[in-house]
Amino acid sequence: MSVLTVPRVDARIRHAEQVMGTVVSFDVPVSAKANGSLDSAVRWLHWADRVFSPYRPDSDVSLLAAAEVTVDGCAPEVAEVVAACASIRDLSGGYFTAAPGGRFDPSGYVKGWAVQRAADLLSAAGSAAHVVNGGGDAQCAGGRAPGEPWRVGIADPSRPGRLALVVAALDCAVATSGVAERGPHILDPHTGRPAAGLASLTVVGPSLALADAYATAAFAMGPALAREWTASLDGYEAFAITPDAQTWHTPGFGRYVCADAGS
Amino acid sequence: MRRVILTVAATVAGLVALLSFKTHSSSPERAGAAPSPSPALLPGEHTIDGNVANTVYGPVQIQVVLATSKIVKVNILQQPESTQMDVQIGQYAFPRLIGETLSAQSARIDTVSGATYTSGGYIQSLQSALDNGG
Repeated sequence: MSVLTVPRVDARIRHAEQVMGTVVSFDVPVSAKANGSLDSAVRWLHWADRVFSPYRPDSDVSLLAAAEVTVDGCAPEVAEVVAACASIRDLSGGYFTAAPGGRFDPSGYVKGWAVQRAADLLSAAGSAAHVVNGGGDAQCAGGRAPGEPWRVGIADPSRPGRLALVVAALDCAVATSGVAERGPHILDPHTGRPAAGLASLTVVGPSLALADAYATAAFAMGPALAREWTASLDGYEAFAITPDAQTWHTPGFGRYVCADAGS
Repeated sequence: MRRVILTVAATVAGLVALLSFKTHSSSPERAGAAPSPSPALLPGEHTIDGNVANTVYGPVQIQVVLATSKIVKVNILQQPESTQMDVQIGQYAFPRLIGETLSAQSARIDTVSGATYTSGGYIQSLQSALDNGG
């Protein structure tokens, strides 16, 4: 369902699409509307939702979880997602899993991956600058102006509606895991209990699929292990906020911080 | 490039949309909204009053203070205060909503990263304000 489409004076369009249990926000050049690539990106998200939703009994993921089909009987993207989830599970020492609670459910990877691919579709159709934000996890292409990064506000978990800082994102993704509006929802797969010790954790890097999964894994690790693990990631940097409003970040995160953020 | 210098109209509409996402008509016994006086303006500032919005919490009206075309302040002209619940909501929600608008404007942000919201939560989110007014 389309929520809104607002034309903008500087030849850009914002569009918000309700899909995958959240709202995906697009900031694109008007050419993306004119050449149909915005519509294609929106259709792609709905297709991914139909194939990967664990809430639809007839989705490939539901049929696979129920062992009614094998991976070979699913859309080829399912095998791609299964392999990616296994790779991140191994990299994260099992803190990221495609089977939270024991049942196959790759949702922790699919949203970021699908949003990144939507952004790639827009690039392939000629857009040099756009943002696709899936419920708080954004893939940014190009910048807000030539050579000027997109400005991504990081929500302050202790002050709803306020920002903790602003990230400068030029051709990169920003993903944040945290205590959601409905309370704790990320489980430590090793204990089965809600992850504790962090209020939010943001990962910045080239791919939203990876940044989102890394943020989920690190959040589940808790503060001590998350800090050590995110510092070891190649090409990805992290920023964390603790429940008592303390912050820490990986050594390379500083280059993403907008110095002039007046939040 | 001008980005998140939210227009007055969009901000008023956005705040009203944020406040009235569960709109219902206010019942007579809940009409106890108290107008508060407008604070004094500095030279160069002027104000625009929003329409009265009937929210689930009661009638709400805001006023934006502008210096040239930039919003410098948001005042609450009417807010529900008929029950203890309403007072709590007012104390919590209004500073939040006003802070949201001013925060987005001062930080000139294009988008927001945070814990995933549901499609219902999106309506109250800063991202929603950006999508409407950016």
